[in-house]
Parts: sequence; structure tokens; C-alpha cells
Amino acid sequence: MATQEYSYDVVKGFTFSAMLWGTVTILVGILIASQLVYPNLNFAPFLTFGRLRPLHTNAGAIGFGIGSFFGMFYYITQRLTGVSIPFPKLARAHLWLFNIAVVLAAVSLVAGMNTTKEYAELEWPLDVVVVILWVMFAINIFGMIFKRKNLYLYVSLWYIIATVIAVAVLYIINNLAIPVGLTKSYSIFSGVNDANVEWWYGHNAVGFIFTTPFLAIFYYFFPKTANLPIYSHRLSIVSFWSLIFAYLWTGAHHLIYTPVPDWIQTLAMAFTIFLIAPSWGSVINGYYTMGGNWDRMGNNYLIKFFILGITFYGLQTVQGPTQGLRSISSLIHYTDWVPGHVHMGTMGWVTMTICAATYYMIPQIYKTKIYSVALANTHFWLVLIGQLTYSVTMWITGIQQGAMWKATDPDGSLTYTFIETNLANIPFWQIRAIAGAIFLLGFLVFVFNVTMTVKQGRRLAKEVA
Amino acid sequence: MTIYKKPILFTIMATLTVLAGTVAMMIYPQFLPSTQPHNELQKPYTPLELAGRDVYQAEGCNNCHTQTIRPLKAEVARYGPYSKAWEFEYDRPFLWGSKRTGPDLHRVGGKYSDKWHYKHMVDPPKMIYGSNMPKYDFLADAELNPATVEARIKVLGFPYTKEQIEELDGLTKMDAIVAYLQKLGTAVKRPPRPPKIKEGAENPNTDATSIANGQKIFEMNCTGCHGIDLKGGVGADLTDVLWLNSTEDFEDWEIFDIIDNGTVAGMKRRAEGGMPAFGDFMGTYKIWNIVAYIRSKEAKE
Repeated sequence: MATQEYSYDVVKGFTFSAMLWGTVTILVGILIASQLVYPNLNFAPFLTFGRLRPLHTNAGAIGFGIGSFFGMFYYITQRLTGVSIPFPKLARAHLWLFNIAVVLAAVSLVAGMNTTKEYAELEWPLDVVVVILWVMFAINIFGMIFKRKNLYLYVSLWYIIATVIAVAVLYIINNLAIPVGLTKSYSIFSGVNDANVEWWYGHNAVGFIFTTPFLAIFYYFFPKTANLPIYSHRLSIVSFWSLIFAYLWTGAHHLIYTPVPDWIQTLAMAFTIFLIAPSWGSVINGYYTMGGNWDRMGNNYLIKFFILGITFYGLQTVQGPTQGLRSISSLIHYTDWVPGHVHMGTMGWVTMTICAATYYMIPQIYKTKIYSVALANTHFWLVLIGQLTYSVTMWITGIQQGAMWKATDPDGSLTYTFIETNLANIPFWQIRAIAGAIFLLGFLVFVFNVTMTVKQGRRLAKEVA
Repeated sequence: MTIYKKPILFTIMATLTVLAGTVAMMIYPQFLPSTQPHNELQKPYTPLELAGRDVYQAEGCNNCHTQTIRPLKAEVARYGPYSKAWEFEYDRPFLWGSKRTGPDLHRVGGKYSDKWHYKHMVDPPKMIYGSNMPKYDFLADAELNPATVEARIKVLGFPYTKEQIEELDGLTKMDAIVAYLQKLGTAVKRPPRPPKIKEGAENPNTDATSIANGQKIFEMNCTGCHGIDLKGGVGADLTDVLWLNSTEDFEDWEIFDIIDNGTVAGMKRRAEGGMPAFGDFMGTYKIWNIVAYIRSKEAKE
């Protein structure tokens, strides 16, 4: 394959876009975290918590998460199929439209155009744009797969195919709505059914935007970095099919103790517990791939990113199912425990994996070495400290608040008013905002390191020419 | 394993795998009676209430407030009867939320007076000590567009009259959101509370410690309406012996009863006001402490 010319323009474009939107996501996150402690930081009407929180989640999921894997999938799929992007102009248009869509999404959310379906807040014209983006992407990805030179489809490609299909189904169904003008629509589902559709979507957005794409990335970049083959092919197969099967049954664990029929909640709980198995299949595959060569954690700076990333994935997929149980849900649901859980996935697993893959991919593309291993290590420790501080403080205050909500006096009356339980959160919210700032600092070190690597690559290319 | 060499077959199999759970857990329940029950008690939104619901959505209130009360002891005590499936028939989309940075709002309807809501929206910490809710005073300056509201309610197919649309003229988003909040959860009535004390009971806690204790509880829960000086505002002036246009002094047990059960319209009160019931948050001794504190501040006439 040495003579094969791959097309890396859009890979670069999406990687830089994702770094920009990732920075925006964290900045908005720190602002809304601070608003909870200092309500005067709400600048009405555009910059209130209610309008900015969807901006934070959408910038993170679409701008940073999807943006990253669009770029990485263009890279991985070319390498694994042995063919270059079949329609480079379409891919270029895809990159531009993606960035325009993210900007329009941000503007519309801040302007108060919000469907209020979580992680699907964009109003219908932008939903149409997202679907177009997805089709543009799918054409090139499937184009490469069908034209491929390597007959056998590697694990990463399975996860890529599953991502492309599942996100299309989920996104279209959950966003079905009747428009009233350009900026407003009403869901075609109502009440209990709307809730059930939303969390079928919501949980699988986690599954197919934050899990399967990053497993594809992990299965490709981790063995490349470690220079070791994946431990068990059979484990990959079993994990893959059981994961994409089980995920779709679990959404209603977000609806424990709501008016959704009990059997739906219970069945969702059962599949949620089952989901530990396929999730850990990939974790174990990752650990065993190291084959006992744990010394590489120390002497290869990138290995620790991947290993910590998959470790947080493993912790996430044990904590998640635990929370799905009725008894645990009754204590921690609706508290700050849940943001603590989510951010272990997004700041730990997802961001760690994206950064690691970027550190591997960018020097490959620019035919150079990473600008500074020392800076990469600094980045690693900063984001790790930031993320752990974030999650742990939120878990503590979540349990505290859940317990305060339930606390009763001997005569059966409630011990605390709601506001008392909220005021008890404040020191933890303060620490969380600081944790976010530490994480941002780490992320900026990453952005700087990648930017300098690119500059270095360009300079070397000029010298050769 | 030939499937890994046949992308079309692989894609079809992956699609079917993903669709299995989708059909069982999401599509099939769409058609069950249990997911779409109907009850005459639940009425569709009026044009003004719908406009308020749109404001609730636009401002993203669902990011901090849930609208579903779980069937748990403490939850029912705090918020009222647990949410029933039929109460959400007209909710497109549902607004149950997923996080309580603020309290659940499913049964906030009728809990406070309109006046309280207007004041609270303008400056939340004034009404709830320590509140971190943003100020929504700008809603009072944003006028509703009756034509837009009519177009929207038509799409949803809720019944309305021309008069209801005409009445929107000159009303603001603030009027709309208050109307919406006042409707929430009112289809289910709260069952009466079992009485905590007997008629004519005397306050057993009147010592200095009880008064100091009462002051603390009062300042946390009551000053929003009655003022830090107890001179009133949204609520009555508590330093006056004669409250609420009554003709004689209230006895201790009557004050206890008002704190316990509130003065919400429809209840057997001398004066019908908008005071919420605090009995669910406060046990007997806490309420007696407040009574002791109020008594200590009363004008000695």
C-alpha cells in the first residue's frame, strides 16, 4: 500500500474544527457551572443557564464529538479499505456545511429556539441539515467500503457501519415534529410516548455517538500505537454484536419511577445490567492487548492515554448500570451525581481517546513527530486531575442532595426545604468550576501541542521541497 | 466468518440487530393503552397557557426543573401526589426533565399566588432565600403575538375561542408563563392532610430557644412574602394583631393551622389567600416554633 495516495484534507479540517468546538464546549461548561454559584453571571435573555446548557451539550456532542469522529473515520476508513475518499469534493462540502451547522446551532439555541428534547434541542430546519450532513458522510464511507482493496472488514469498520446506521434511525425518529414556521415545532409524540422515544434516543445517543465511534477509534489507534495486535478477535465479535443489540433496550432506565409502564422500566434495567458484559469485552480486549507489557505505560507517552481512556469506559459502564437500578436511581436521579457520571464518560473516555488518536494521527499525516512529549504529559495530568475532581465532587454532592431530599424528622415531616439542599451543593459547585478550568488548561496545552506539530510538519515539508 | 467480507449483508444484519430493541421498547409501546390513557380531568392548554409553555421551552426551564413526581414517600410529601400518565396527554413534547437544580414543578399550579410568581420571576432570591435562579424580568417586556399563538394552537388541535385569542392582545410572556405554571398538575387534587393538632391546642414551645429556632425557620422560609421585619408584602403583616381583615385575634392553634395547611383558595379559611401549605416540610415542633416567633414580634396591643 506504499504507493496509495490518501486524501487527508478533510481529516485535518475536521480535527481542527473539533479542537475549536471542544474549546468552546469547555468554556461554556465553565460559564454555566459558575452560573449555579453566581447567578449574576446569567446575562438575560441570551446567556442564561437554560439557553446555554443545550449549547454546551450540543457543542460537545456535535461540534467536538461528531466533528472528531467524522475526521477520524475519514482517516481510518481510507487506511483500512486501502482506497482514498471517492468523492473528495463532497467531503470538502461536508466539512464546510458541518461548521456552518454548528455555528447556526449555537446561534439558534442562544436565541431560544429549543425543542427541549435533550440532546436533540435543534429546531427542525437544522435537523434537516444534520440529516443531509449524515448522508454526505455515509456516501463517502460506504463508497470506500464497497470499493475496498482489503477484502476483510476490520473491527473498527464494524463499529463505523453500526454508528452510521443507528444514529440515522435514532436522530430521524426522535426529531419527528410538526413545524409551525421556521423556528418552532411540536413533537408528533405526546406525553408518556414522547418521553419513551426521547430516552430511547437519548441513551443511544450515548451509545452511538459517545461509545461505538470511539470504540472504532480505540480498536484502530490503540493497537497501532502499542504496535501489538488486538488480543482476541472472538471477543471483538461477541462484544460488538451484543453491544449493538443490547443498547437499544436500555433507554427507559432514564425513566425509572416515571409514569412510563413499569415493565418497560424493568426490562430496560435488565438489559442495562447485561450491557456490562459487552462493554467490558472491549475493556478486557484492551487490557490483554498490552500482553503484560505494562512498562510501556511509562516509556510510550501515548499508551497511558488509551489505557486510562478505556479504563474510564470500563468504570462508566459499571457505574451506569448500577444507577439504572430502582433503589440507586431513587437516591441519585435528578441530582448532581448524574453530571458527575456523564463527565467521566465525556471528559475521561471520549476526550482522552480523541486526544490520543489525534496525537497519533497528526504526526502520521504531516510526516513528523509530536512537537513535545513533555507537553503531552502535562496535558495528560491536567485533564486527568480536572476530570477526576469534577466527577468525584459531583458524586459526593449528588449523594448528599439525594439523602437530604429524602431526610425526614421523627414525626414524618421533611427535614430540609429544597433550597437548603441546594445551598449545600455550593462548595461542591465551586470546586467543579475550578476542576473545569484545570481541564480547560490541559485541553489548551493539547491544542497548542497539536498546532506546533502541524507547523513543524509544514516546515519540514518545505525543507524537503 | 464470511459476513465480515460482505459489507451489504453485514450492514443489513447490523440494522436488524439495532431494530430489535427499537421495535420492542419504543415502537410497540406506542400502541398500548397504558402509554396513552385519557382522563376527562386533564384539559388541553388554553392559548395563554400554551404561549406560556412555549416560553418555558424557549428559556430551557426543563434544564433545571423536572415535571414528574416519583411515587416515593419523600417525593410525594415534598411535591404532592405522584404524576399519572394521563396528565401528560396534551404534552408535545413532554417536559419531565432530567435534573433538579430547582424543585419539581409538576404540581406547582395553585401553590403560590399569581402575585408571588410575578415577583419571583423578576427577582427569585427576593422570594426564595438563597435561590440561584436567573432573573426573568425581561419576560414582562415581551408582548405576545396573538396571531403566532393562534397558528400554534391550531397545529396542536386544542379547542379555543376567538375571544381567548383577542384577550392575548397586550399580554406579555410573563403573563403567559405564570398562567402555564398555575395550570400545572391541577387535574389531580391533593388529599387533605391529617390534622397535626387538636382545635384549641396551646403552643408547648414558647421559651427563648423556641423563639430563636422559630426565627431561623422563619427567615429561611417566610421572609419572601412576609418580609424580614414581618411587615408583609405579598403576604399579610404579621405584626398586626388583626390579620387578613378578620375581626378578632387569631389563636395559636389557628396560626399553626394556616402554616400547616396554607390559605389556598377553596379551603375553609377566614381569608382566602395564596399562602402555600408548609405542613409537608415542617413537623409539629417547627411550626410551633414559628408561631412562638411570630407571637414574640406581635404588636402588644
